[in-house]
Amino acid sequence: MSDERPSGFKEVEEGPTASDDTHEDRPTAVDVVDEQSHPTVTAARTRFGDAIFRHEVMAGDEHVIFVDPERNYEILEWLKDDPDQLYNFLSDVTAVDYGSGRPIQVVYQLYSIPLRHSIRVKAELPLSHLEIDSVVPLWKAANWLEREVYDMFGVTFRNHPDLRRILMPEVYAEGHPLRKDFPLRGRFSRAEQTRRALAQAPEDYYIAKDFGPGREFQKVGWQELGAEPEPAATPEPEDPADESEHSTDPDERA
Amino acid sequence: MSDTKAKDTKANPQNTGSGLPGGIFGQGTPTFLTTKVDFVVNWARRNSLWPMPFGTACCAIEMMSAAASTHDLARFGMERMSFSPRQADVLICAGRVPYKLAPVLRRIWDQMPQPKWCVSMGACASSGGVFDAYSMVQGIDTIVPVDVYVPGCPPRPEALIYGLIMIQEKIRGETLAEHETLRHEDPDAVGRPKADAQQVEALSGPFGNSTLQNRPSGLVPGIPQERPGDRVP
Repeated sequence: MSDERPSGFKEVEEGPTASDDTHEDRPTAVDVVDEQSHPTVTAARTRFGDAIFRHEVMAGDEHVIFVDPERNYEILEWLKDDPDQLYNFLSDVTAVDYGSGRPIQVVYQLYSIPLRHSIRVKAELPLSHLEIDSVVPLWKAANWLEREVYDMFGVTFRNHPDLRRILMPEVYAEGHPLRKDFPLRGRFSRAEQTRRALAQAPEDYYIAKDFGPGREFQKVGWQELGAEPEPAATPEPEDPADESEHSTDPDERA
Repeated sequence: MSDTKAKDTKANPQNTGSGLPGGIFGQGTPTFLTTKVDFVVNWARRNSLWPMPFGTACCAIEMMSAAASTHDLARFGMERMSFSPRQADVLICAGRVPYKLAPVLRRIWDQMPQPKWCVSMGACASSGGVFDAYSMVQGIDTIVPVDVYVPGCPPRPEALIYGLIMIQEKIRGETLAEHETLRHEDPDAVGRPKADAQQVEALSGPFGNSTLQNRPSGLVPGIPQERPGDRVP
């Protein structure tokens, strides 16, 4: 943006500001840093020590812990399975890029259905090493969410069962669109984008890969139970006892 | 009329002297009519236009409203939404089309038999609308030939009906003498962009507010401008 024509908006001129910067001018971003206000934070610090980098409280009561990206699987597994935590519901996996060479944050939003508390876990990945362990073995909901983060930000998830693009076409060659250094209209000209779009075969995305014979179907919980060697021929998903077990047992959550 | 009537009553003994009223024009109405082939063909075509709804966004809500009882698209011959392109006459592209969907739109257009027409409904289908972004087709006329553009965001059902009536008026002016040019279909063009590269660039140029943004595509010569906060890749 040239100096002759300022837009008048600081955010437009200088780009977005990181939420974890110093906050003298933004008093609402981080008000309270009180670990005692959330028992999970205290327990996590006691157990993992230096792997919990820091702790923030956003908007009054949303607790965020920044964890070591090399130990994220270990910490999240503990958060899910520890009887005092039981974060059995993964609300969201996403990522944030604040630009200016700052690290990309991978965000896990967790909720505990039995204990009714929530926490946000962030792992900061330097741009030179965008790689982190997948949490699909813990929550199956992370499968497509991590694919989306990979598609939009280029973060590689180790041990992901099916890490490929989910929103953009699989042949998309212009990069990862939600990064701050991605030009809004894409890197190719419109003619090249149109040519590439029409050169793709829709069957590759909608039939052959997802529904074709060479592809393993995703199974829901009762199907996986039925796949085990059991004398019962047909599982009954509409069994009320089965459903109540689903809602209370954290191990059954997908 | 009187000549025809007199001649007919003489030529056709069944109509002579019966004394009974016959036909909508009264006694002795001729059982044939003469007209032009163009008129009959166009009359049949324009009064049974079956739309192929390609609704991807909020424009499709207005399209559904146009087909519903209040506005009742069937009054004008669009009796039935044809959800198969094989039985459709008009492709109504209602809503934004991302590049991922572009081959699907082109495939549906290629599957429609001639004669066929295309309505681009709404700002997004016609020009990309506010979505001047990496993922959006900047007007479906780069993908398929468009006959009528219906402006609006979204257009009201009356606007869509008016656009379809414009299609009917366009059909009214067609003649079979121009069949080869009107119904020309190049087998080599199947699955290809409708517009060539220069046309695509011209059609998808930035406009309106989007010219003020500081992140141009490859369309604009030179490298993208960088803000102080941008990270250099």
